[in-house]
Amino acid sequence: MSPHAMTADAVATEAPRTESLVPYFLVGLYLGIVFIKSEVASWFRIQEMFRFQAVHMYGVLGGAVLVGALGVALMRRRGVRTASGSDIAFSDHEDRRPSVQHAIGGICFGLGWGLLGACPGPMYALVGSGLPVMLVALGGALGGAWVYGLLRTKLPH
Amino acid sequence: MIALLREPWPWYIAGPLIGLVVPFVYWYGGRKWGVSQSLQHLCAATVPAKIEYLTYDWWKQGAWNLTMVAGVLVGGFVGGRLLSSPDDVVSISAATRSDLVGLGVRDFSGLVPSDLFSFGTLLTPAGLLMIVGGGFLVGFGARYANGCTSGHAISGLANLQLSSLLAVIGFFAGGLISVHFLLGLIL
Repeated sequence: MSPHAMTADAVATEAPRTESLVPYFLVGLYLGIVFIKSEVASWFRIQEMFRFQAVHMYGVLGGAVLVGALGVALMRRRGVRTASGSDIAFSDHEDRRPSVQHAIGGICFGLGWGLLGACPGPMYALVGSGLPVMLVALGGALGGAWVYGLLRTKLPH
Repeated sequence: MIALLREPWPWYIAGPLIGLVVPFVYWYGGRKWGVSQSLQHLCAATVPAKIEYLTYDWWKQGAWNLTMVAGVLVGGFVGGRLLSSPDDVVSISAATRSDLVGLGVRDFSGLVPSDLFSFGTLLTPAGLLMIVGGGFLVGFGARYANGCTSGHAISGLANLQLSSLLAVIGFFAGGLISVHFLLGLIL
C-alpha cells in the first residue's frame, strides 16, 4: 500500500487490541436517534437548506461545529490524552492541505446530497427507521466508493 | 418526558448534541470522527477485487467505524419507530413546500417524500437517478474528498482545516446545482 492509500483519519485507527467497541456502538445509537429526531435525515430539510429557506440545517451544522471546535480547542490547550493514555493526533499536515480532491470530490458529493437528500450517516439511520428503499441508495454509495477505489490512481488529487 | 422526546428536536439542541461526538471520539480512541470511511471498509470487506485502495486489514482499521454505523442503524429504528413523532410531517418552510409542490411533490408525510422514494419509483428514470445516482455520487464524492458531512463539515471545520473548508464549499456548489438545476430537469 502506498503511503497515501490510507489517509490520515485511517492512520490513527491502529487500535490497541484491548479497546472496547461498545462505546462506538453507543455513539452510533445516539447519533442515529439525533439524525432522525432533528430531521437532518429528511430530504425535505436538505431541500430547504439548499434553497436557503430556513435556519434549521445551518443551525444544526453550525451548532455542531461550534461545540466540536470548542471541545477540540479545550483538549489541545489542556494536552488531553486518550482514554488509554496515548497522544491525540488531531490532524497531520497532509490532512489539512486543501487540494483538488477536496474541490472535485466535494462537488460530486454535493451533487449526490442535493438529489438523494441524505449524506452517509443519515442514510444508515433512514434504513433503520424503516425505509428499505434507502438500502438501494446505500448500495449506490457503496458502488460509488468502490468505483472511486478502482479509478483512484487515474483521478487528479 | 417520552412525549417531549417524540417531538421533533430543535436545531439548537441537535447541533450541540452532534458536536459533542467530535471531542468524545478523539478522547476515547484518538480518532477523527467520520462516517463515510465505513463505505470503504464495507467494500474492502466484501469485494476488494485486488484494488489497492480496498486491500488492507479492514477489521483492524475499520472495526470502530463499522460498529458505530451499526449503532446509527439501530438508532434510526429507535428514533424513527420507538420515538416517532406524533405529527408525521416535517415542518419545512412554506416557501420550500410551495417550491416542492411546483416540482410535483404531493406527499409531505414522513422524512422523505413517498412519491419520489419508493421501490416503485426506482423503476422510473427520476427515481433511479435520485436514489441510485444520488447514492453513487455521495459515496464516490465522499471517498474522493476523503470525508463527508461528518468528517469535513463537522470534524474538519471543528479542527480548523482548510482542506475541509474547501470540501464544504464543494458540497454546497454541488448541492446548489442539483437542487436548482438538475432536479428541475429530472422531475
